[in-house]
Amino acid sequence: MSFLDYAPAPESRAILSLRDNYGLFIDGEFVDGRGEPFQTISPATEERIAMIANANAADVDAAVAAARRAYDRTWSKMSGRDRGKYLFRIARLVQERARELAVAESLDNGKPIKESRDVDVPLVAAWFFYYAGWADKLDHAGLGANPRSLGVAAQVIPWNFPLLMLAWKIAPALAAGNTVVLKPAETTPLTALIFAEILQQAELPAGVVNIITGAGDTGAALVSHDGVDKVAFTGSTGVGRAIAKQVAGTDKKVTLELGGKAANIVFDDAPIDQAIEGIVNGIFFNQGHVCCAGSRLLVQENIHDEVVERLKLRLSTLRLGDPLDKNTDIGAINSKEQLERIRTLSDIGVAEGAERWTAPCDIPENGFWFAPTIFTGVQTSSRIAREEIFGPVLSVLTFRTPAEAIAKANNTPYGLSAGIWTDKGSRILAVADQLRAGVIWANTFNRFDPSSPFGGYKESGYGREGGRHGLAAYLAPAPIGQSSTGRAAIAGAASTAAIEADASAPAKRSRAAKPARTLQNRSAKAATKGSKR
Amino acid sequence: MSGTSLVSARERAIAVLGGEPDDATLRRYLHGIAGVDAVGLEQRAAGLGTRSIKTSSKKWALDRIIELIDLTTLEGADTPGKVRSLVAKAVNPDPSDATTPRVAAVCVYGDMVPYAVEALGGAHGDPDDGLISVAAVATAFPSGRASLDIKLADTAEAVAAGADEIDMVIDRGAFLAGRYGLVFDQIAAVKAACARPDGTSASLKVILETGELVTYDNVRRASWLSILAGGDFIKTSTGKVAPAATLPVTLLMLEVVRDWHLATGQRIGVKPAGGIRSSKDAIKYLVTVAETVGEDWLQPHLFRFGASSLLNDVLLQRQKIATGHYSGADYVTID
Repeated sequence: MSFLDYAPAPESRAILSLRDNYGLFIDGEFVDGRGEPFQTISPATEERIAMIANANAADVDAAVAAARRAYDRTWSKMSGRDRGKYLFRIARLVQERARELAVAESLDNGKPIKESRDVDVPLVAAWFFYYAGWADKLDHAGLGANPRSLGVAAQVIPWNFPLLMLAWKIAPALAAGNTVVLKPAETTPLTALIFAEILQQAELPAGVVNIITGAGDTGAALVSHDGVDKVAFTGSTGVGRAIAKQVAGTDKKVTLELGGKAANIVFDDAPIDQAIEGIVNGIFFNQGHVCCAGSRLLVQENIHDEVVERLKLRLSTLRLGDPLDKNTDIGAINSKEQLERIRTLSDIGVAEGAERWTAPCDIPENGFWFAPTIFTGVQTSSRIAREEIFGPVLSVLTFRTPAEAIAKANNTPYGLSAGIWTDKGSRILAVADQLRAGVIWANTFNRFDPSSPFGGYKESGYGREGGRHGLAAYLAPAPIGQSSTGRAAIAGAASTAAIEADASAPAKRSRAAKPARTLQNRSAKAATKGSKR
Repeated sequence: MSGTSLVSARERAIAVLGGEPDDATLRRYLHGIAGVDAVGLEQRAAGLGTRSIKTSSKKWALDRIIELIDLTTLEGADTPGKVRSLVAKAVNPDPSDATTPRVAAVCVYGDMVPYAVEALGGAHGDPDDGLISVAAVATAFPSGRASLDIKLADTAEAVAAGADEIDMVIDRGAFLAGRYGLVFDQIAAVKAACARPDGTSASLKVILETGELVTYDNVRRASWLSILAGGDFIKTSTGKVAPAATLPVTLLMLEVVRDWHLATGQRIGVKPAGGIRSSKDAIKYLVTVAETVGEDWLQPHLFRFGASSLLNDVLLQRQKIATGHYSGADYVTID
């Protein structure tokens, strides 16, 4: 026998107790949806996991109304310390149910259990713990004393990190005092619905978080709903652009975290074995379904052949297969549609003259699979070097000088992330300074931490998630000269300082003053809505 | 087990280095090798450590671990009686289970070699033939602080007494001072002292004592240096300095061995030694070997564990698989 044919080591599904049907989670209860229910399947086997309710416009109304009630009556009046207690409780429950969540995530999404177990779920808990700590310290969030929550946040998240993206959205929103209506992706609603059970377990007040399932039309109805004060979206640039158009002219605050085509730059003095690991982790982590994936490898020309050769050796050791097997490195592609897109773009790569190499893997009969693939001889003008493939496909390009590396790295409409590999610390700083990307990793890739802000330049979106910066997406400064709390003196002092600062920079005055006015308007509007009910 | 030819090692080194192996040439070469990112190396090692080796794979792994062990006693208090006891354990690790494989070698101080050879009797020989080799630590082990003449005499005596393998230590002081030429010459001289009158040679394991080299960059350079100078094996530690073997250090040395094989076609062995006490840890090393250099390396001429207490833990695990329940420390023998 061959030792490397490791015996199967599947994580047991026995820990899951799934329902056959899942409703919408509105006002603290699971209720039936009024749209046509749909099924969620395991992309590794195409077997049905459960039937999922579909929210129509009336359901969206109900969810937004529940969130508004919870905001007006409970959550906006609760002290930060008490909100923090709920968030800490949620974080602990996520840890307690970590294995169950990991199994559900791998089942529904297709990602390897080692990633859902060691990356996704621990980060989910970390995100709630981190923002739980912020809930009573918002005076230090950078918006001056006594900042205000925005109201009802509409959040639409993607299928690549279903539970982690939920945490990125819900944790800061709740810490800042907002209530939430969240729509998970159509293909991966399962962990969000288990999370809803966790919210019941945590006895979070009804309506503070509402989770509605459905397809694109449900998401569109949610973000365009009049009762929403804030829209947060993670997903494709196309949908992000549509959302930006939809909310233009309203007073909704928006943050968008969109696509990417990150450059992973490897200089000839890089720690080569670790760089190879970083390249692999950069593009083959989560089957390449990562918006910040290092999908463009920019390698210095004099080490190109060596890097490609080592990369092929390394890729030949990756294990593709059952996402629930603890030794699986590459899981299933999330959906048939996505698999088609990856295939189409890969075929275009070949047609454009790039050389394709695919790791030798046995592809399972059922399910959606794509073996790790690299393209060499890719030109900057190739579509596979321009467009986000969102799959396990790496395009290899070369450069000769640092200036050329920077120019090529920046030559993209996106700007979410980038990587730099070199043994020279000064070069890391010099190159990072000139890259137009929101996140830059040095001698590592795809590392996330709740204390570190994440977000893009250009068509990769706007706003930041994570860290102190992530709170700014869910807060507004206290209205100038208006303070209903006992901290009037502090707020007043901050306002005076702001006014003085404006006086010294008249050009900025109108911009600085605007949020305050907007907020006053919104407060008035919120009050009206409250009285209607 | 026999070592490779000395002449070809030096010629190969000159060919690889592009010059005589003096301080300047070696420095240029060793410092030209790509650096090691400590965080990335440790992450990769930790990742390999998460492989889940179950059922039939685990059974195979446990037997193979035993076949790769250099069962070791290296104490000032060692006596001929202690060595005989060790040898008896090496030959018959688990008296309750005749299917238990033998270890690869026993590893003792040089003056204990005659007793080990005598005790092994007909069981003495190449592990590939199901026999057991005798490995001797030499060159003023563990510190290496002695004159070259004494180190060579130490080596020659152990070989003459029947040692099949010599575990030498490098001069860490000279290495850290940048005197790579001196370290190279010493390894080459010890290699020469491994020669037997019949033209064969004992196999040479070069102990880097990675706990004293401290940085991964140093470990990588010392690995290249030892291989260039003719070492048949590179070994992490004496077991007398903490930290001894770690998974990241072993991974790094395996990467050097892999790169050397790609460059020259020659296969060099790796021996982590010291601190590997549990089957679970040892399995992580097997995974690291298999996924870094390939599973061809999981054979006694290319990979060894330097260990004493590891064997008993593996035996307990084997018994657990056979009987379905854990026994206890009194169900395996002390040596």
